[in-house]
Amino acid sequence: MVIYGVGLLAFCFLVGQFIGESLGRFLGIEANVGGVGFSMILLMICADGLQKRGLLPVPTEQGILFWSTMYIPIIIAMSATQNVFAAFSQGFMALLVGILPTLLLFLCIPVIIKLLSK
Amino acid sequence: MEILPKLLSANALIVAFLVVAVVTWISSVISVKILKGRVPGAAIAIIAGLILAFFGGKWTGGNKGISDVSGLAGFALLGSGMLRDFAVVATAMGSSLSEMKKTGWIGAISLLVGVFISFFSAVIIAFAFGYRDAVSLTTIGAGACTFIVGPVTGAAIGADSSVIAISIAAGVFKSVFVTIFTAPLAKFIGLNNPQAAMAYGGLMGTTSGVTAGLAATDPKLVPYGAMTSTFATGVGCLLCPSICFFMVKFIFGQ
Repeated sequence: MVIYGVGLLAFCFLVGQFIGESLGRFLGIEANVGGVGFSMILLMICADGLQKRGLLPVPTEQGILFWSTMYIPIIIAMSATQNVFAAFSQGFMALLVGILPTLLLFLCIPVIIKLLSK
Repeated sequence: MEILPKLLSANALIVAFLVVAVVTWISSVISVKILKGRVPGAAIAIIAGLILAFFGGKWTGGNKGISDVSGLAGFALLGSGMLRDFAVVATAMGSSLSEMKKTGWIGAISLLVGVFISFFSAVIIAFAFGYRDAVSLTTIGAGACTFIVGPVTGAAIGADSSVIAISIAAGVFKSVFVTIFTAPLAKFIGLNNPQAAMAYGGLMGTTSGVTAGLAATDPKLVPYGAMTSTFATGVGCLLCPSICFFMVKFIFGQ
């Protein structure tokens, strides 16, 4: 059933968020550290294990895949709720601080790949 | 005539589904018919979203973009961090755990490099604009990591609220910049494989920018970028008010 897939996704999501929040608390910072990452790893492990045992029928899988395809529409909605106007009203320095370091980071990607891959 | 506003606000999430579907459809028509597929429809739709957000904020004076316009409140739920993270986790289905393990350490190094490069280049810019006190410099530097690291750091070290506002704005600009320019820059920086996506996610840090940028570039890369960027805000909140702040204090005095 589709809801089993959604339920599995919800389970992994909540456990991962809990780990992320706990890790943040443990490190003494007010932020979730890697919650989404832990959720993703958990989901991959669960889905893989279930698949090997033949316990992940197509409808269950579709419950997860639906949300993965809803990802882009959600991102569009998220873009539409960013505080873009306020950012523009903070002036030129905020714009530079947002953009120049980011440009540098883009340039770092090929360097890092080159340095770290053998 | 009062039926419609009531209907829209009572069914806000459904209205958001419809509006996003229409925006997506118009964007894909523009992508195929006018731009001949040179810019993916998803990229156009995301930029359209940012433009809507700008006017939403301008018209309403609110801080949640288009969702402050009456009848479009559903955008706040559909575009919330909760649903975004839920959908991002779902994209992990079908991605390769062994690939992530193999390049995980590149992601970890990218995270550190990302925080330090963003932080110190932003500190230099702030210095050039006349900021001299360590607290303001650090807060603005933190804003160049993500728009959460800025205010968290500023609050931790007691920054002025005007400086915190600048750091949030810088973080939002970063997110917007990454969203828009990832797709056009992707082929020049070799962003076309899981390994590069993990380095990219760690370096950029801004989860909203990274996930939106990769969505417009190649949706298959989303889980890899998300995997590393999800740690960035935490790493930034850890390093900026501590090590980075001490370094700035050491260099610039009080």
